[in-house]
Amino acid sequence: MGAAKKGDWVQIHQVVFKPEERAPQVPEDTKRVALELWVKGYALHDAEAGQEVLVETVTGRKVKGELIEVNPRYTHDFGDFVPELLKIDKQLKEFLYGGADNE
Amino acid sequence: MNRDLSYAAVMGRKNEIMKQAIGIDYSVFESGSIAFDYERMMREAGYTLEEIQEIQSSTSVGNTPIIELRNLTALARKFAPKGKGARIFIKDEACNPSGSFKARRAANAVYHAKKHGYKGVIAATSGNYGAAVASQAAMRGLKCIIVQECYDSKMIGQPEILEKQRACEAYGAEVVQLSVGPELFYTFLTLLEDTGYFNASLYTPFGIAGVETLGYELAIQFREKVGKDPDKVVVTHAGGGNVTGTARGLIKAGAEGVEVVGASVDLSGLHMASDTDFNRKSFTTGHTGFGIPFATWPDRADVPRNAARPLRYLDRYVLVRQGEVFYMTEALSVLEGLERGPAGNTSLTAAFMLAQEMDEDQIIVVQETEYTGAGKHPLPQLSFAKKNGIEILFGNPDTEMPGKNIVFPEDPSMIKVRDFDLDKARTSYIKNCITNNKVSEVTKEDLEFLAADTKTDERFVLNILTELGVKVK
Repeated sequence: MGAAKKGDWVQIHQVVFKPEERAPQVPEDTKRVALELWVKGYALHDAEAGQEVLVETVTGRKVKGELIEVNPRYTHDFGDFVPELLKIDKQLKEFLYGGADNE
Repeated sequence: MNRDLSYAAVMGRKNEIMKQAIGIDYSVFESGSIAFDYERMMREAGYTLEEIQEIQSSTSVGNTPIIELRNLTALARKFAPKGKGARIFIKDEACNPSGSFKARRAANAVYHAKKHGYKGVIAATSGNYGAAVASQAAMRGLKCIIVQECYDSKMIGQPEILEKQRACEAYGAEVVQLSVGPELFYTFLTLLEDTGYFNASLYTPFGIAGVETLGYELAIQFREKVGKDPDKVVVTHAGGGNVTGTARGLIKAGAEGVEVVGASVDLSGLHMASDTDFNRKSFTTGHTGFGIPFATWPDRADVPRNAARPLRYLDRYVLVRQGEVFYMTEALSVLEGLERGPAGNTSLTAAFMLAQEMDEDQIIVVQETEYTGAGKHPLPQLSFAKKNGIEILFGNPDTEMPGKNIVFPEDPSMIKVRDFDLDKARTSYIKNCITNNKVSEVTKEDLEFLAADTKTDERFVLNILTELGVKVK
């Protein structure tokens, strides 16, 4: 979060369709929420978080939306450790090589 | 410009927008009824195998190695009846520039866009295809926009799709991200209309023809390496392009005798357009949520006639479970020293079991792998599942309930394939053709088309038509 200066790389957010505007074939739970859109670009003017800002994307499109973040980081990673996988690994080796006795 | 941007108005302009954005006049292949001239479309709107090989080699796509999985074969033989347990191979498609076989489809689409003077390309995809189009666009100096369905309404992104976003941006593309819903197609159309870019659809004749080189190479490589064609090729099945292109390539190499098996992860019970189900699945593609709808109605795609027609080519279609695929992903890693996936590991899971039904001197091939990494690996997927309240346990994978739990097999003998009745899929497809085309009788040409499009014969089609009360003119 935080304010953006003109020229900053930012992520913006738009509501494409409000819940009542959603397509007829959309399931009930999805119909209760808006269709939202996020895109990144260079801020074309200063703006506060949550305010509307005009950006220019890498393809040169000008898009308006609510300022979400400046220099947004990638949040995905390798997750928490999952010990169940160790059990699988150990078992696979035992089945193929016959376990500790054969080492 | 004051265009009407309401949902109904944009959807109403769909055909006009698509014609501009693909540059194919599909009407010349139409019969005016159910049938269309599929082979003529592939011939005239696509490229020859030789041309494609040249296009792909100019951006270093294709010619990926085949690797024999000796340890996995040995493990399969421990659980197979005596004399059974075919040799298992993979084609290491992760070696393509963007890390998956999708580079083959993208290479053709982006080449075609450049040749026809488009300034940029747009693709609607949350998968590897986005990274592939972005990578090819970077090589050919075109602009690129990828539209992906990524977040639920709480802005929680599926880790694998977040990784695809990163990859696309790394290749210099603009990524437009959306929350869950089929109106993604609306946004896609408005972007095509605004930019005048090329629709790098997954389902054009040249996109599908791009996969033919995979099947063709595979046959040639086996003849060189083992002196014969493989017996079975297992293909992870989602939208149908992988099955269609691979099978067509095998046929072009003269390897008609190879059995083509499709494999998908069973995600039955989860609704693909549901905001709440969206982050309760641990596989973003290669699953039944795409595999079955695209087999039973391929023309649901973003082009008027889908060049991917899986029922034309599938000899068998099998389902595996999420827990089994994670288990085999670990096996590939710790027994073969290859960290790959997820996509190809669905067919790898099926191959592990199918090999046990085959003789020891037979060969089964998993025809793709994909790069792995943050977001895509079993660790982030399983910890994401746990955070979403999915239970992770060991037991019988048959008891797995998608969206509720993931069941790792207690031991490798519990890995199974479940045959999906292809005749059931064929019947649905024929019914959909009648309903969606709103016809009460069909032509002789339709009859021939339906037989070819379902890999059956006219008798099979006639039986279904009779049941539906539909006559032949």
